[in-house]
Amino acid sequence: MIAAKVRKKLAGFTLDVEFTATAGVTVLFGASGAGKTLTLDCIAGFQRPDEGRILLDDAILYDGASGVNLRPQKRKCGYVFQNYALFPHLTLKQNLAFAADRLPRLERHRRINEMLEKFKLVEVADRKPDQLSGGQQQRCSVARALIGDPALLLLDEPARGLDAPLRADLYEVIRQVRRDFDIPVLLVTHDLAECFELGEEMFILREGRVVQSGPPSKVIARPASLDVAKLIGLYNLLPAEILQLDPQKNTSLLRVGDAQVTGRYYPGRLHGDKVWLCVPQAALRVKPKNGKPAAHQLLAELQSITERPQSLLLDFGDGLSVEAVREQVEPYRHNKEWVIEFPGDSLHVLSR
Amino acid sequence: MTLDWSPLWLSLRVAALSTVFSLVLGLWLAYLLANREFRGKDFLDAAVTLPLVLPPTVLGYYLLVLLGRESWPGRLYEWAFGQPLVFTWQAAVVAAIFHSLPLLVKWSRAALESVDRSYQLAAQSLGASNWRVFWRVSLPLAGRSILAATALCFARSLGDFGVTIMIAGNIPGRTQTVAVAIYDAVEAGNASLARTLVVVVSLTAIVILTLANRVGRRAAA
Repeated sequence: MIAAKVRKKLAGFTLDVEFTATAGVTVLFGASGAGKTLTLDCIAGFQRPDEGRILLDDAILYDGASGVNLRPQKRKCGYVFQNYALFPHLTLKQNLAFAADRLPRLERHRRINEMLEKFKLVEVADRKPDQLSGGQQQRCSVARALIGDPALLLLDEPARGLDAPLRADLYEVIRQVRRDFDIPVLLVTHDLAECFELGEEMFILREGRVVQSGPPSKVIARPASLDVAKLIGLYNLLPAEILQLDPQKNTSLLRVGDAQVTGRYYPGRLHGDKVWLCVPQAALRVKPKNGKPAAHQLLAELQSITERPQSLLLDFGDGLSVEAVREQVEPYRHNKEWVIEFPGDSLHVLSR
Repeated sequence: MTLDWSPLWLSLRVAALSTVFSLVLGLWLAYLLANREFRGKDFLDAAVTLPLVLPPTVLGYYLLVLLGRESWPGRLYEWAFGQPLVFTWQAAVVAAIFHSLPLLVKWSRAALESVDRSYQLAAQSLGASNWRVFWRVSLPLAGRSILAATALCFARSLGDFGVTIMIAGNIPGRTQTVAVAIYDAVEAGNASLARTLVVVVSLTAIVILTLANRVGRRAAA
């Protein structure tokens, strides 16, 4: 288990994060410049925090109060760099041997062969990194990071710049690590799909701080603030006003534009509160306008359509867009006026 | 006419020895400057560069005072080797080191710093000591550039005049290096000797520079 509380001031930026992670994949999610890599570097010992405490299992890696600051060599953190950082002058096998240097000779051989087999690298063991495919380099760098039995694996945007098949391979490797090694894996990424596919827990970083945490599906369902919602970027954020609240029936009535929609009961909100209605682009339903819209339907004019791989994104202006199933919308492409219906149960509100 | 080639052989011997010393000392200094943060780093950097900007006579004067028979380093040397250091060919080696070391340190430092930092960090987090990181990772990756720098350092060691004449003197057959011998020949009106030595030194320098460029280019590729 890794428990980190780190504060570090740089010019124009302050990192101030606190989190714990247990065995499994924990994602540090955020835009570039949010402090994700700096956090990893503090844990690995490449950067020294100003204050805080970093614990890995029962070892103190860093403690600002008592001045403990272990060297990177002593931290037992496997680090997979964005560019893999395989030593270009050594063969794949030598790269592994470099990392297994402290094991006794026989044990070292056994470990190297075990890793080569586990990560399907036996045939290319004597090649240098520039003679390996991207996938092989990727697997080798993970194998090298794991061969010394680290207590933690750090992955710094390992999928950045990879094409789709390589990305899929990488995810498979990370899942394999998850299965075979009982250690926490910290994955830095700004890719939401990746976070969903691999992450069991996620921490959202923004401007050097953790702004929300939890299992990815929960976080996506309930972003805690406007900033988080914008960062995730899957939502419509519409200004709304609370008209009624009924705790007994667990319902509420909200006004959005000219429409009145039903939502859940929102504890802590009052009548007349102005809020942001946060609703996933894919949760709204659209229909071409046919007669007078009902009270719960919002009338909107279609501005443009963006093609998505498996859907269409309909843009209605004013920050309102709807992701719709292609087959349902295609016949009405040129229709101007549409009505939009809100799903009562998944309406989420954020403070304005 | 028979030419006295002894200044050339002496120069080659001096250059070879000084290159060996410069390499050991220079790599260590380059490593410190490239990898470590410590107080006085700027001062060390300046001190290493100083011989490049000081007039050779000034540098020679300092060395004469520092290594002369009255100084304690001079006496220590005399006690250890049974002869004084100044006005021997060994003093010419010292002069050549001061002539070539600054550039060797600068080039080696640049070579070490040009190695992507992630290799060093990776090696460290894999448990390798700083010593091992340097010998197994940094040096091999910067190797060709450092080799090129060493060749240039050798070429430069051949060419010192000012410091050499200050601390090694101009004793034909004993401390007279090529650069000094050329000066001597011109002074004495021995034009053919001067011409020959000039041509030989120039050709040697061109060959070494060409080789160094070739090695350096492959390092960059």
